[in-house]
Amino acid sequence: MILARPGRWIVGRLILALLALSSASACFAVSQIDTFEFSDEVQERRYRALIDEFRCPKCLNTNLAGSDAPIAQDLRKVVYRLVVIEAKADQEVRDYLQVRYGDFVLYDPPFNARTWYIWVVPIGLGLLGVFVILGLQRRVTGQRTVLDSSQQARLRSIVQGTAAADADGTAGAKNPETKS
Amino acid sequence: MNRASLFVPLGVFVLILTLGYVGFDLGARSELPSALINKPFPEFNARLLGRPEQSITRDDLLGQPTLVNVWATWCPTCLSEHEQLMQIAATTDVQIVGVNYKDRPDKALRWLAQFGNPYRWVLDDRDGLLGIEMGVYGAPETFLLDARGEVVYKRVGDINPRIWRSELAPRLLQLGVSIAGSDADGARQP
Repeated sequence: MILARPGRWIVGRLILALLALSSASACFAVSQIDTFEFSDEVQERRYRALIDEFRCPKCLNTNLAGSDAPIAQDLRKVVYRLVVIEAKADQEVRDYLQVRYGDFVLYDPPFNARTWYIWVVPIGLGLLGVFVILGLQRRVTGQRTVLDSSQQARLRSIVQGTAAADADGTAGAKNPETKS
Repeated sequence: MNRASLFVPLGVFVLILTLGYVGFDLGARSELPSALINKPFPEFNARLLGRPEQSITRDDLLGQPTLVNVWATWCPTCLSEHEQLMQIAATTDVQIVGVNYKDRPDKALRWLAQFGNPYRWVLDDRDGLLGIEMGVYGAPETFLLDARGEVVYKRVGDINPRIWRSELAPRLLQLGVSIAGSDADGARQP
């Protein structure tokens, strides 16, 4: 009886610890993963792809799948309802959310009067870059053809002159210790 | 000419800074446009808070301008804008309809008893489904509907004195709502 007591005490503690752990993980499970049931794998894959695709309206840059905001939880339920219970097509789900929450929920924004510039600006900047590079190249090749024979002779004399000066310089710098 | 072109990288750098500054400034959440602006308010059929046997539909809102205010007792900003709503109810003849969003009815009723009730009706949206129809993603949010039930304005965040003066009161006047008090006299001047 006396021996059994500490044993019981340890078992009790262990059970308590396990309970605490499991309830803690249950909290995480509730906030992170919704317990939805799917009748087949295709449905589940479609659901996961869709909640990956939409942006949570509450958070600046999180998708529905990755957000814990209450509105994201609600919208996941909506997507589940549309996909599984109402058997809507993917595009119908997209339209449903876009009508209510605007283009904002689509990470892949449509091309329209309000959004044209986010499509056009990168293309324009890319073109600008191409033109700049082409222009620089033309300037470089243009300079290459400029030298005529007299200029080349002058260039040669300059290069030889510097070579001679360099030779002097290196000769002079051969014993730097003596100076310092 | 060569010397001037040395400043091109600096110019590009300043341009990028400016774009970044303006761009991050544009990220203000309240600027997010509602998908409902200039569109009809969604159809609904919602039970009244505390009177579950009674329900109203979109048709009940028509015929006069309406403020639809989404609120909840779990939302501290809703409490801070409540006084302003009470004042709007007292000084104007606009019809104010509350949407009690994802809340517990008993808490909501106690809240209204304690702080006052500016609403003609309060809709019971405890599961947030009406909120989803309206594109609500938080509380408080306030929609202004014209007499035909079209959404002319949406405010995400609280209705404070500044918003009331600069954005809400002028639009109410435009819709033909009469406003008592000095604010309105100021706003009525063209």
